[in-house]
Parts: sequence; C-alpha cells; structure tokens
Amino acid sequence: MNLSNGKGSMSTVTTTAVMKSGDAVSDQFPAGLRVLVVDDDPTCLMILEKMLRTCLYEVTKCNRAESALSLLRENKNGFDIVISDVHMPDMNGFKLLEHIGLEMDLPVIMMSADECKSVVMKGVTHGACDYLIKPVRIEALKNIWQHVVRKKKNEWKDAEQSGSAEEGDRQPKASDEADYSSSANEGSWRNSKKRRDEEEEAEDRDDTSTLKKPRVVWSVELHQQFVAAVDQLGIDKAVPKKILELMNVPGLTRENVASHLQKYRLYLRRLSGVSQHQNNLNNSFLGSQEATFGTISSINGIDLQTLAVTGQLPAQSLATLQAAGLGRSTAKTGVPMPLMDQRNLFSFENPRVRFGEGQQQHLSSSKPMNLLLGIPTNMEPKQLANLHQSTQSIAGLNMRVNASATQGNPLMMQMPQSQPRGQMLSEKTGPRVPRLPSSLGQPTVSNGISNGFLGRNGIAGNNRGTAYNPVPPNSSLLSFPMNQSSEVSVNNSLPLGSSPGISSITTKGSFQEEVTSGIKASGGFPSYDIFNELHHQKSHDWEITNPGLTYGASHHANPLQGNIDVSPSVLVHQGFSSTQQTGQTRDATLIGKAMFSLGEGSEQDNLQNAVQHLHPLLVDNSIRVKAERIPDASSQTNLFPDHYVQEDLMSALLKQQEGMGPAESEFEFDAYSLDNIPV
Amino acid sequence: MDKTHSRRQVAAIKHSLFDQGYLDEQFIQLEELQDDANPNFVEEIVTLYYRDSSRLISNLDHALERNPLDFNKLDTIMHQFKGSSSSIGAKKVKAECTLFREYCRTRNGEGCRRSFQQMKKEYATLRKKLETYFQLARQAGPQETAFPPK
Repeated sequence: MNLSNGKGSMSTVTTTAVMKSGDAVSDQFPAGLRVLVVDDDPTCLMILEKMLRTCLYEVTKCNRAESALSLLRENKNGFDIVISDVHMPDMNGFKLLEHIGLEMDLPVIMMSADECKSVVMKGVTHGACDYLIKPVRIEALKNIWQHVVRKKKNEWKDAEQSGSAEEGDRQPKASDEADYSSSANEGSWRNSKKRRDEEEEAEDRDDTSTLKKPRVVWSVELHQQFVAAVDQLGIDKAVPKKILELMNVPGLTRENVASHLQKYRLYLRRLSGVSQHQNNLNNSFLGSQEATFGTISSINGIDLQTLAVTGQLPAQSLATLQAAGLGRSTAKTGVPMPLMDQRNLFSFENPRVRFGEGQQQHLSSSKPMNLLLGIPTNMEPKQLANLHQSTQSIAGLNMRVNASATQGNPLMMQMPQSQPRGQMLSEKTGPRVPRLPSSLGQPTVSNGISNGFLGRNGIAGNNRGTAYNPVPPNSSLLSFPMNQSSEVSVNNSLPLGSSPGISSITTKGSFQEEVTSGIKASGGFPSYDIFNELHHQKSHDWEITNPGLTYGASHHANPLQGNIDVSPSVLVHQGFSSTQQTGQTRDATLIGKAMFSLGEGSEQDNLQNAVQHLHPLLVDNSIRVKAERIPDASSQTNLFPDHYVQEDLMSALLKQQEGMGPAESEFEFDAYSLDNIPV
Repeated sequence: MDKTHSRRQVAAIKHSLFDQGYLDEQFIQLEELQDDANPNFVEEIVTLYYRDSSRLISNLDHALERNPLDFNKLDTIMHQFKGSSSSIGAKKVKAECTLFREYCRTRNGEGCRRSFQQMKKEYATLRKKLETYFQLARQAGPQETAFPPK
C-alpha cells in the first residue's frame, strides 16, 4: 500500500513538514494532540499528565472511568486518544475500552503494572490499540500519536474507496472479497489500485480533516438501519458500500459504515464467544453503535435499561423504544406485550437472529420476563392468544429486528408453518427492533445468546424442533445452527413448559412457533399443531424467555417489564427446552416446569414478582402452567419424559454456552442451575 | 561554598540511594520532568505517593488481620500499591510488593505477613531518606540531576 509513501519520512514527532505531506493535521502535529488519561492512582495520573505535557500534548486527566466516559460523551470530538488503566475501582478498564470504541471510535491505549500475557491479550482482543506496562516511560508516550494517525488513515481509506473493500483489513483478501458480493468483487483486486490512487487524492484533499473528521453518531435509528441492511445482505456479504446504499442515509460515508461494521463484527464475535452474556451484548455493544439494535432489545426492557444505564442509549430512544415495544404489545395483549417486548427486544439482541421473530411472539414479555417466567407462561391459553397477538405486535417489533434485515419476512418465511406467527412477525417488524436485524445478521452473536434463545425458540416454537433452525434469513439465525440442533429442542422445551396452559409463558412460545415454522422445524413438530395453537404464543414466550437471552435482558432489569430476573434459571430452563424436541407441548410444559422450577430461585421470585407485576396473568399462568402442564396429557404427556430431555437440553444448552465462551456477565448459568431444575 | 557543599551532599545522597537500590531508573524519569515551571515536581509526586499509599497500607493492614485471609483481595490491593511505588522508582519497596504477591499466589499467609512487615520497613526508610534529600536539595537550590552510575 502506498499508505506510507507520503509519510515515509514521518519518523519523528516533530517532523511536521513531513506530516504535511502525509496526512498531517496541522503543522504542529503531534503537538496539541488531545489526550484523555484515566487512572485511579493519583500518583500515576500526575506523572502521566506531566509526561504528556512534556510531549506537548493537551492533557485532560480523570480518575474515574465513569467521569471519563461522560467527558467523552459530552465532547464527542474533543479528544484524539484515550489512555486508560486496566484496574480501576468503578469500572473495568476493558469495559471502558469497549464503550469508547463503540461510542466514540477513539484509539485507546491500556496500561497496567500487570504485564502478564493474558491481560495484554485481553487488551488486544478488546480493541486496545496499544498496551503500556507501568511504570510508563516518557519515550513510550512520545509515540502515541501514531495510533491516532493510523486510525484516521484506516478510516480514510475506507471512505475513499467506494468500490473497494469496505475495510482496510479486507483489502488484502482479494480472493475473499470476491466471495462477498459482486460489489466486493469488483473492488477486491481493483481496490488496492484504486486505493492507492484514492489515498493520494484523499491525502491532498484532506490535510486538515484527516485527523479531525467529524464523528458520526450512531443513533438508535441509524444503527437499526444499519443492522437491517446488514441482515438483509447477510453478515458475510455485508459490504460497507452496499450497506450504505441500503441505508440510504444522506451524509453517511462509506468509511463511517465501514468502521461501524468493523465494530459490529467485533461485537458479534464477542457475543458468540461470550455466549450468553447478554449483558455484554447489551452493554458493550449497545453502546453507541449497538444502540440501535441494542435498543431494540432494550425495548425488551432489559436492554433498554442497560443501554440507558450505560448512557449509550439516549434516554429518549430508550423510552421510545420501550414505548414502541410496549405500546405495541400492550395494545395487543396488554400485559404480555410489555413483557414480550422486553423479551423480544432483549432476546432479540441476543439471538439476534431469529429471536427477534420468536421473541416478538413472545409477547411483550421481553425475554427477561419469559425467562423468569420460567414459569411457563402463566398466561393462560387465552393469554397466549393475546400474547400471540401481542407477540405479533411484538413479533412485529422483534420481527422487525429480524425483519428489518430481511423485512421480517424471512423469518416468517422460514416458518412456513407458523402461520400465525408469520403474521406476528411481519407485523411488527417495526422499527423497534433494530436489534433484530443485527441479530439476524449476526449469527455468531446469536450463538451465544441466541443459541439459548433461538435454540429455544426454534425448538420450542418451531415445533420444537425444527422451528428453530437458525437459518435466519438474515443469517443471524444462522449463527444458531449450533443451537438449533440442541437448542431447537430447547425451544421446544420451553414452549412445552408453557404447555398449553401456559400460553403466556413466554412469548417465546409464540416465538417458537414462528421459529419453528420459519426455522425449519428442526425437529418434528409433532405437537406443532397443538403447540402452535397453544404454545404458539407460549412458545414465544418461551423463546423469549430464553434464559440465555432473556437472562441478560432480564438481568438488566427490564425497565419495561419490571425486570424480571430471569437469570440463569431461565436459561436452564431453556436449555431444557432444547432437549425437548419432542412435542412442543411437552417442551412447553417442561419448560414451564423448568422455568418454573428455575424460577424457584430468587430469580424467579423476581421474575414472578416482576411478572406478576406486569402480567398478572402470566404469573398465574406460570403457576397454572405447572399444574396444567401435567394435566395436559395430550400436549404434555411428554412432559415427564421430557423431563430428562430437559436436562439434556440444559446440558446442551450449557454446553453451548460454555462453548460460546465465558459468559462474563450475569448469564452465568452454570450447571448448577440445571441441578436446580426440579425435574 | 555552602551551596556547593550542599549540592555535593545532595548529589552524594542521591548517588547512595541509587547505589543501595532504594531508587531506580524511574526516579530519573521523574527528575527529567522537573523544570522551571515545576521546580519541585519530584518532591510533589513523592509527597502525593506517600499520602495516597498510606491508605493502601492501612487497607492491607486490615485485610491481613482477617481470618481467613482473602488472598485475592490482598493481591488486588498490593497490585495497586506496587503500581504506585514503581511509578516513583521505589525499587526496594517494589521488590517487596512482588514478593508479597507471590506469597498471595501460593496462599502463604505467614509469608504475606512477613513480607508486608519488611515492605513497611523499606517504605519508611525510603521516606526518611527522601525527606532528607529533598530538604537538602531545596537548600542547595536548583542543580543538575545527578545520574546514578549505570
């Protein structure tokens, strides 16, 4: 690349002249570089400040991560680079790093007295552009400007190459690009050439703006659009250029999209690796960029909160989202909806993929609710119906997420069988679910969470088996594949849990239905029909409640829903559903059982309370479900046999989760949760 | 005369601090940051260090009194303390911190306590020496920083 051509001579800090030929911002660069340094140790902070001042940088020091974040948020373009300590009392340095990366896209340098390789590796994987070992020497600080330049350069390159690979790092993969899409193809081998030309032009053009490009704020809507576009294209084929075209946002440049896409991918990858950490999803990802889709999920309640809390999601958006989600759902079913929404949203985020669809079905009871509800949809069949409706709306919402990518239809399409679901899904594809699309597009992401969720949904809903094929139209579902097989059963189980009586259990149940239909009924849907009707809604709930998914959501205390702490219990619960591929009803019942049993824990209480709070019906259902489950011989005869299935599911689910990666956050449902499930 | 003598004394003290391993390279870094705008920069930093680290030391004291010992917590506090100490170049103190952390890692409570006591001794000794050093340095007036023998 000719990147270095112009700047070959920029070896010293003071070669401003040289810089000019490159992409120097000003004559004095790097003098005047605006650095924000964050460290809770006052001694180190003061020393660093002095050192940086000596390097002629403009220094702002901060001893708390929270205040650093708000400082950055208030002055979006006020800083060029951030230096942060790893170990801080109020917030983990890596978390701060993620926030900054997502929201502000600034280069961040980590530092610590800890030089052990794993910590350094963590810094790298979280996106730090450098890692300094304390005590820091001034020589190390003299060169930090290179990170700023590098970042700008990369963004520049992206912007300049309209037809070329979207990201700088993609360019070398000419052959790979060919696989992406036609546009990518055309760019792949031509990109490098074009790039060089463009870079030179760009450099001439943008001397002053290179380093001080105005940052694009990825609002909720924007992110939603982004996720929708990505979902539509498919995460693998999503090329910045195409995304840009799809989004059709005036003023948005390819480079903006490219860097956002990069982060998004990183986020997805992390999600899948973190398995269920919904929180992560919500939190970190939801931050700036993910806000959009985070919001969707947040709408579920949990996410929103998370987002709001993290400040990423502007209160308004959150409110809007919530309102949207809730409003819709509430309109329909009233109570369930809100839950679903939350769940949906939430689950949406996690599973991203299908979840959205299923979730929506889940009814407003956003995932957390569902999960918590573990208590199989307390909602009675009627409620389920309501839920169904609500889910529809929710689904619409959630679906939206999914749909947004694919217009929600994909999901629906996938579920040919789920008729009602289809409706639901398409309905709400509303804007709310920005998350979904993202989730859709992120198969991997969903894996982590969605796996549980989707798996569940797919399983539960789908027929508890097939339903959930992660084959998300948007690919988000795809990520689930792993889940599907195992998860699918999970979903089923969930709905089962809800068992016919539990219709309300979780919108998941409904989701499941949809999922099943769309997903391709992985399993048979023996009880699909039955389930559809009964659990249809329930399954959604189930789905939604995917413990994994909702877990996170719930964990975040769904503002909407009243924060059902679905927590692991739910997951576990879901886990089981997956194993229950057998009749949906079974799953539902089982799930219901599982959930219910899970709920036994504190979470459940919360959930229950929350649920009760939100959905009196639901709560009742759950209880009822339990009781009903059993009696539902027809649909739930399998209940008992499913029992073990559940456990299997759980283990499968757990495994998945483990496979996904360490679930840092709340969603740590370890095997222990399984034990708690009274089978 | 006096000034020269004072300066020589200051230089000698600094020299011995380095020789005896109380201070390391980092201290030089701090001195290099000192300039006309901040003529007492190093002293300010050291004062800040002793003030802030006393808090950490009392935390460690409390943590070491508990039974059973929470090694993770001890390690965390000590990590902080070590970072701080290393940033001013307190070499011996830093070495004791490393030892302490090693004892934490091996869950050796007795070892932790012993090394903590030793660390406090070094910490106090260094403080006294630096106080003398800064006092003399102020009296002697601005002088070139003496580099320790490499």
